[in-house]
Amino acid sequence: MTALLTIIVLVFITVAIWQMVKIFDLANVDSENAQIANYKDNKLNAYLMLGFLAFIYVITIVCFVLWGDLPLMSNSASEHGPGVDNLMIISMVLIFIVQTITQFLLHYFAFKYKGEKGRKALYFADNDKLEFIWTIIPVIVLAGLIIYGLFTWSDIMNIEQDDDTIVVELYAQQFNWKARYAGDDNVLGEANVRLINLDNANILGLDESDPNAQDDIITTELHLPVGKKVLFKMRSQDVLHSAYMPHFRAQMNCVPGMITQFGFTPTVTTAEMRQNPDMIDKVARINKIRSGNKEEIEARGQDVRYEFDYLLLCNKICGKSHYNMQMKIIVETEEEYNAWLKEQKKFKNSLVQN
Amino acid sequence: MSAHADTHDHDDHGHHHKETFVTKYIFSQDHKMIAKQYLITGTIMGVIGVLMSMMFRMQIAWPEEPNVLFEALLGKWAPDGVMDADIYLALVTIHGTIMVFFVLTAGLSGTFSNLLIPLQIGARDMASGFLNMVSYWMFFLSSVVMIISLFVEAGPASAGWTIYPPLSALPMAQGGSGMGMTLWLVSMAIFIASSLLGSLNYIVTVINLRTKGMSMTRLPLTIWAFFVTAIIGVVSFPVLLSAALLLIMDRSFGTSFFLSDIFIQGEVLHYQGGSPVLFEHLFWFLGHPEVYIVILPAMGLVSEIMATNSRKPIFGYRAMIVSILAIAFLSTIVWGHHMFISGMNPFLGSVFTFTTLLIAIPSAVKAFNWITTLWKGNLQMNPAMLFSIGFVSTFITGGLTGIILGDSALDINVHDTYFVVAHFHLVMGISALYGMFAGIYHWYPKMFGRMLNKNLGYIHFWITAICAYGVFFPMHFIGMAGLPRRYYTNSNFPLFDDLENVNVIITVFAIIGGIVQIVYLYNFFGSIFFGKKTVQNPWRSTTLEWTAPIKHIHGNWEGEIPHVHRWSYDYSKPGHDDDFVPQNVPMKEGEEELHH
Repeated sequence: MTALLTIIVLVFITVAIWQMVKIFDLANVDSENAQIANYKDNKLNAYLMLGFLAFIYVITIVCFVLWGDLPLMSNSASEHGPGVDNLMIISMVLIFIVQTITQFLLHYFAFKYKGEKGRKALYFADNDKLEFIWTIIPVIVLAGLIIYGLFTWSDIMNIEQDDDTIVVELYAQQFNWKARYAGDDNVLGEANVRLINLDNANILGLDESDPNAQDDIITTELHLPVGKKVLFKMRSQDVLHSAYMPHFRAQMNCVPGMITQFGFTPTVTTAEMRQNPDMIDKVARINKIRSGNKEEIEARGQDVRYEFDYLLLCNKICGKSHYNMQMKIIVETEEEYNAWLKEQKKFKNSLVQN
Repeated sequence: MSAHADTHDHDDHGHHHKETFVTKYIFSQDHKMIAKQYLITGTIMGVIGVLMSMMFRMQIAWPEEPNVLFEALLGKWAPDGVMDADIYLALVTIHGTIMVFFVLTAGLSGTFSNLLIPLQIGARDMASGFLNMVSYWMFFLSSVVMIISLFVEAGPASAGWTIYPPLSALPMAQGGSGMGMTLWLVSMAIFIASSLLGSLNYIVTVINLRTKGMSMTRLPLTIWAFFVTAIIGVVSFPVLLSAALLLIMDRSFGTSFFLSDIFIQGEVLHYQGGSPVLFEHLFWFLGHPEVYIVILPAMGLVSEIMATNSRKPIFGYRAMIVSILAIAFLSTIVWGHHMFISGMNPFLGSVFTFTTLLIAIPSAVKAFNWITTLWKGNLQMNPAMLFSIGFVSTFITGGLTGIILGDSALDINVHDTYFVVAHFHLVMGISALYGMFAGIYHWYPKMFGRMLNKNLGYIHFWITAICAYGVFFPMHFIGMAGLPRRYYTNSNFPLFDDLENVNVIITVFAIIGGIVQIVYLYNFFGSIFFGKKTVQNPWRSTTLEWTAPIKHIHGNWEGEIPHVHRWSYDYSKPGHDDDFVPQNVPMKEGEEELHH
């Protein structure tokens, strides 16, 4: 219904525009070749250029005020997160400055040098000094950004595994996620999709004869202990997927036929994040919106009340239900984590014997 | 070169041909007619592409709500007017394909390279009129195949315009990966052949058929842009063709170039040893240069239009050429920035970050040069000029966020979110579209002998400009909030519920922006018949096309082709009465030419 109303309103706007043009045209019959800009057009459009500059500034400010408080600019929950956020903020500030200045120059010049009676353009074709300056400034700035960025990148991508690292496999399939923990031996058992046997519930294709696989644990929720380095090994059984964990500033594609990896150390537990003042605000805002859409949400069979949880989302188009391929991530204390892990079934016990 | 031009002068081909309706309007070998054919085909494809975007925007803003438009246009894909998730992905896929290839490659480059290369360099026609005709008709054929693919039983291709396998390779992974994808690949293969024929023709024409006096450093920047674009196309399009052929092999002949270890719908497939990452490399080796294939011609058009309407030489002509060449070179070694998190070696990520951020330098030089071209000018605010200024504005806004996306460390978190969608739509989508509109408003008199209505042009520009920012500026923010692109609905993620109203705002702007294009279409098609008749050189421009007669003749000029005596940017040159000196006007005694 909303859509229909919008369409009707827009049709009226179109008709209004049509009428406006007719008036414009009638007012314009006097000039010699009416379809070339005259001084009046230059002036009108020059002022509109100034107005447009104001529009760009206003929309920038409005966006930052309304939506600038973003989970991705602050409140990262991993060790490398603040480094990424710093780099992001530096880049944003830089972009903001350049954007403000260049848009001003562009639109202000368009206003100031509008064609007027008696104006003659300056024959100004070249200036090596000027061009040198605006080549060298981006070079210096970008050199700084590149160096900072590369340090951050190699820091994130440098995954050194030690005894303390927890190895977890993220397993993607249309359209859900599984996690596989290495168990007591901290070694993941060998696996290949060719070994999948749905009859005995070997759904991830683990090698049933591999001793390392026996104590592996397969879950549908991802639990992580706070403060411990996790190394994810990603696998996909069918098409490309991407394991996107925005709160941890982490993402890696899952590629059929190969194992990809990504590592990070979670620093904030789910419980702590729920107590974060920014997050409390955000959740309150969301719940207010949700209580407004109560019937709709209940009709979909979802809970109206929202409570914050970290999420793993699929971020590579993977088919019809791509939009609902997610897994809950719970960061907890090591004791809670160990207790949870103990409750889970080991692989050898999860198999169905026929 | 000059010898060639001279022989052409005496060869009055075209005059003796008897033209029938078919040879004049359908199987024409005249570059001006072919340009118009490209433009009109591109326009029709553009209407389809934009309509698709409006439909999926409505779905995003009002998810799963019945909509009369869906019911009317999508048929079985929208039972009771509720859009199906599969067709949503198909709309996104085909919108991308149509806009990138059919509108902004063929529609933009095909139109203006064809129209302007012979006219601006002073040639009777393209080097091979026949190849040019074949090129257009292959493009037409590929358009037809693409449209047909929309109507197949299991749905059109819906693996995203990047068609990454295995999703695109396995019919059991997705309905659209059956016949729909086959037709998509066939259409693209024909399209690439068409594009290659066109590009080779452009390159040969620019190198060989320049008129006497038209040295490379006197060429208008439009020609430089088309020339370099054609070279990029010849270098990179064949790689996409090979990727498409290998994918066809995997799909239909059981090879394993891109596939390995797949278990789907309860069975293990035989594929072994291939890698989807290989496809990503091949795809982006074209895919990235493709954005420059799209944007460089727009840059050329804008440079030319800005100089003409500022009544000033383009600032830094040589720097502009050098930056076009630098962009072209760098564009072929940055493709990996689409693949930072694809699983490729992280060291390669570092290399591609480095090359990617380098490309910001020539881009910045160009932006500054355009701004300086306006400085102390005498700006004639024709619609073409407004679109050119708009081009620089969106190019800057969209280009700057490239600094974030090109930085591998930052890309991790905004990759494949709406941040990317906002970035590339501004920097290559909207910008290139503005360049195309600018070109159409500026050269319409050359194409059709009549003027477009300027007031409709003003309304078209201002509403489009506001809507473009209204759509894509807020989109950055939902991307930074972590919302992935290509989600049919966000209703399964309460985390994003506070972005719902942003999506409605974006959609309303998108609908207004889409509808206002009707003003343009009315102006465009109406003016072909009812527009005001043009004068010989309406914008008082220096380039050669305006010395050709208004009425199109085969061979472009009656009698001898004009000779060129100066570069194309002698606007407001001191010592002349007029504020422009056409390229075919000889130097006065003692007059100095810049840059030689």
